[in-house]
Amino acid sequence: MIFDYETLKFIWLLLIGALFIGFAVMGGVDLGACALMPFIGKTDDERRIVLNCIGPTWEGNQVWLVTAAGAIFAAWPLVYATAFSTLYVALLLVLIPLILRPPGLDFRSKLPSARWRTFWDCCISITGFLPAFLFGVVFGNLFIGIPFYYDKNMVSHPSGDLFSLLTPFTLLFGVCSLSILLLQASLFLQHKTDGVINERIRKTVRSFGLLFLVSFIVAWIWTLTRIEGYQLFSISDVNESVIPYSKQVIQGLSYWSNNYERYPLGYLAPILCVGFVIIAFILSIVRWSRTAFVSNSLAIACLIIAALFTLYPFILPSVSFPNHSLTIWDATSSKLTLTWMLWATLILLPIVLGYTGWVIRVMRGKVTAIPETGSY
Amino acid sequence: MIDDTLVNLSRLQFALTALYHFLFVPLTLGLAFVLAIMESVYVMTGKIIYKDMTRFWGKLFAINFAMGVATGITLEFQFGTNWSYYAHYVGDIFGVPLAIEGLMAFFLESTLVGLFFFGWDRLTRIQHLAVTWLVALGSNLSALWILIANGWMQYPVGTHFNFETMRMELSSLSDIFFNPVAQVKFVHTVASGYVTGTIFVLAISAYYLLKGRDLAFAKRSFAVAAGFGLASILSVIVLGDESGYSIGTVQKVKLAAIEGMWETEPAPASFTVFGIPDNEMQMTHYALKIPYVLGLIATRSIDEPVIGLKDLIAQHEEKIKTGIKAYGLLQKLKAGDKSERTIDAFNTVKNNLGYGLLLKRYTPNVVDATTEQIHQAAKSSIPKSFPIFWAFRIMVGAGMLMLLLFILAFYYNAKRNVENKKWLLKFAICSLPLPWIAAECGWIVAEYGRQPWAIAEILPTFLGVSSISSSQVLLSLGSLIALYTALLVVELYLMFKYARLGPSTLETGRYYFERGSK
Repeated sequence: MIFDYETLKFIWLLLIGALFIGFAVMGGVDLGACALMPFIGKTDDERRIVLNCIGPTWEGNQVWLVTAAGAIFAAWPLVYATAFSTLYVALLLVLIPLILRPPGLDFRSKLPSARWRTFWDCCISITGFLPAFLFGVVFGNLFIGIPFYYDKNMVSHPSGDLFSLLTPFTLLFGVCSLSILLLQASLFLQHKTDGVINERIRKTVRSFGLLFLVSFIVAWIWTLTRIEGYQLFSISDVNESVIPYSKQVIQGLSYWSNNYERYPLGYLAPILCVGFVIIAFILSIVRWSRTAFVSNSLAIACLIIAALFTLYPFILPSVSFPNHSLTIWDATSSKLTLTWMLWATLILLPIVLGYTGWVIRVMRGKVTAIPETGSY
Repeated sequence: MIDDTLVNLSRLQFALTALYHFLFVPLTLGLAFVLAIMESVYVMTGKIIYKDMTRFWGKLFAINFAMGVATGITLEFQFGTNWSYYAHYVGDIFGVPLAIEGLMAFFLESTLVGLFFFGWDRLTRIQHLAVTWLVALGSNLSALWILIANGWMQYPVGTHFNFETMRMELSSLSDIFFNPVAQVKFVHTVASGYVTGTIFVLAISAYYLLKGRDLAFAKRSFAVAAGFGLASILSVIVLGDESGYSIGTVQKVKLAAIEGMWETEPAPASFTVFGIPDNEMQMTHYALKIPYVLGLIATRSIDEPVIGLKDLIAQHEEKIKTGIKAYGLLQKLKAGDKSERTIDAFNTVKNNLGYGLLLKRYTPNVVDATTEQIHQAAKSSIPKSFPIFWAFRIMVGAGMLMLLLFILAFYYNAKRNVENKKWLLKFAICSLPLPWIAAECGWIVAEYGRQPWAIAEILPTFLGVSSISSSQVLLSLGSLIALYTALLVVELYLMFKYARLGPSTLETGRYYFERGSK
């Protein structure tokens, strides 16, 4: 099974998309549950139940993010270099909650003091809200373009600051990602709990579901019709190494809808996203919580696919020098690296899915007030 | 021009976050195996005390594990946020081990560590034991891939420069995997992790023995730590890092800098026990030398010389001159002259391109460098000897003390007489900081000793930084220091609290504080 360079470049878009879907579906549960924990749980016991729902799996779930970042480093080094340094302060704001959350979860129940626990509950909640929101904001900025350019040595130069990232448009993306991750967490908690927590959770499902549907539909129409999109005008042979600034990119209103006109099948992604959320919503009401969770996971997958499809072939459009934008054709590693990494992923990812599934199966069932050995 | 403030702040941030991360990693590596050994004994003998041991030391493991995970993310992100040119220049190679580490190792340890804590009532004994061993395996595989990445920075094999994409690209993955420097580093690092884990258990057990509480629990923990620890410290010392210093130019520079050795000595070289290395004067003041010893350790032979720093600098000066040619030809290639003659000429000298880049600090055009600038660049092509010289000696000194401790602990444990040897117990408690001191010093030797290179002979550190403002780095550095300090205080408080309470925290009703007095 030997692919040519062009095919490999495309496959790597799919793989990195898959890793992000993995993180949003799995890690999203933890971010959302952390954010909701002090609101869903009124007493210390209730809060511990919420934490014990995610307790056995959150460590593993956040590796999806670490691996997605590692995969971008290996497969799209220019994206890694450019996005992370250009979005420096935003990344710092994502990083600090990510650092604080693991010790927070681990330290919280180690001391009986009520003040100690309340303090950590606040920390844990913020470390759930902030990344879930900021991931959306960063994604929203991709559609506007990010301020960077390359000099002739391929050194990337950023311009702009944190607050230029925060516009009504990108904040809407933040609401979108926050609401679907909170929805994902709510459905998971509905499945894992019973009694009073379960009652409260089913109310939040309703509000987050509606919030997501409204924000997503507005964001999507806004992107396709009111935003200056990008379009690849000309590029050299994509089956070879391509230097980012050698291509031509044009900008214009509603260019982000071009892919949908060219491949109308693409409309399926946003439509299915809405559909799966509605299905999840209904299933939650009839208390088919497991299937509701699966349905919402599919909605998340469709959401990420829709975003990548709209951007395609762009990964990181440059608002300052559109020709310097990064696409899947010119941001990639060498053919040899992509080939080796493909093999590594094809062998290792199924193993990961295998033991992750086993852990979930071992820990199945409702989390009740009776503490098991090892719980928080 | 190079912004020195930006470079220094970025380096400081990386060094501090890496040193901080490395407070937790060795303990994770070592304690995971200690837990696996204890639980194996439990499964084989069925004695409940070994399950309690696994669970109690597992509680301390948990406090430490979360911190190791959290601080590792900072390091991964920094390659993009602060070392963006580095990420572009070598991401094609360097990203590979990082991504595989995630897929093969980090997933394994992190997914199963949840079952280690939550799975006691849901798994059979054998299943739970398998989980514990897999967590230990995962954390060690994780170290393997990270050290393959780090070994490549020290000795970059299996790679070539591509002038079309302006970066280093992969030539051979197996060369990178079987990099001799990486292999030596891996063994040295994980074994020192086992030492950290065992000293941790040894010292806390010694505290219980000294207090005369939970004797059965403490004696058994002490025994496991003494046995595994002695084997580990011997492998750290015998399979020490020294054997890696004979490979590759930068490793040779590091060796000479460790020894503060300016002149090449006839083989076998002498070892400097004490001295004050001075890069300005290119000499080591007050040097106290033992003949022959260094040559024997470093080269494992009696007739191979160890090259001194002055000769290495002279060699580098020649390489810099070739590097200037390589840089000039690269400019021609980029300007569009891709004739076969230019490409061939570039290929013959491109291995020294990195040395040409060293001149960027003195003249942005490189090709117009004066003799004085070339001389300066050559002089800056070695690290400052003083900190490496002393970090190495502190590391070795700590290692020797720990060897002594483990020999004594093993001996008296075999004689079943540990609890009466108060001086030994006190020695064990006082030794608690030693593995951390040694590990941090070892990091300084390895990474500070690599300077001025980020990637040996390929990319100078000062070129690797992102084009961001110093104030941004100052902001992140400040917030990370504040956050890290606060977390360290909390984590140490919890560690001490739980260590003091001992196995009574398991609430089984079988231990000291739960029965009033003993």
